[in-house]
Amino acid sequence: MSLFNIFNVAGSAMNAQSQRLNTVASNLANADSATSANGTPYKAKQVVFAAAPVGENGATGVNVAGVIEDPSPMKTVYDPKNPLADDKGYVTLPNVNVVEEMVNMISASRSYQSNVEMMNTTKTLLLKTLSLGQ
Amino acid sequence: MLNRLDEMLNFHAQALRLRDQRQQVLASNIANADTPNYKARDFDFKSALTSALGGQQAPGGTTLATTAPGHLKGSAELSTQSFLQYRQPAQGNVDGNTVDVDAERAAFAENAVQYEFNLTRVSSQIKSMLAVIQG
Repeated sequence: MSLFNIFNVAGSAMNAQSQRLNTVASNLANADSATSANGTPYKAKQVVFAAAPVGENGATGVNVAGVIEDPSPMKTVYDPKNPLADDKGYVTLPNVNVVEEMVNMISASRSYQSNVEMMNTTKTLLLKTLSLGQ
Repeated sequence: MLNRLDEMLNFHAQALRLRDQRQQVLASNIANADTPNYKARDFDFKSALTSALGGQQAPGGTTLATTAPGHLKGSAELSTQSFLQYRQPAQGNVDGNTVDVDAERAAFAENAVQYEFNLTRVSSQIKSMLAVIQG
């Protein structure tokens, strides 16, 4: 019964999307964190999705291949009063692009929703299959 | 007589099995809507069903070689794997992903309704057969 496998496929996708949502939350929360535990400004993090086989029937789920640090350049703001400013008066701020993160958030939640709907449809189909001939 | 019963249900049973597998393929497409380089796949339901009903060999399938008339013609179980094809993307994507979520969701919903239709047909066949048996 391949229908049961859809729960694994949708489950893996929901897991991956929620991890993406988690990094978005972390990025947005730290959009202005000019310093962190290791003394450097926060760097935006992005999840990398990879297709992963689920079961033996050729179904493909989603796997988080890794969380990478955004390679885009850091923001610099001229603020000589800030204690974190360098000798020229510039403060390095995280490379979080708030607009991009909001888009990321909406995309992740929409994908999560479609996977939930997929599970619901599959559940209905399975329940109908169970009541076959009644 | 039992053979007849089996034959009567066979069409919808095969169709259900294929709908079931297609649902899984479409689910994989929707799940990977955001995966870079994922290529959306689907199979032609009509040719898969014709092949399943006619006992024809699936492309890439294997059969037993028979050297004497008494040998049984065994064939490998029909798998929809060999019918899978990549979808032609209507619009390219920068990350190499070819999933069109709207199209996939529409296909998913359509396939679910078709599955329910087959279930209803099997149900009514069973009911009519029960009516014949019980009189």
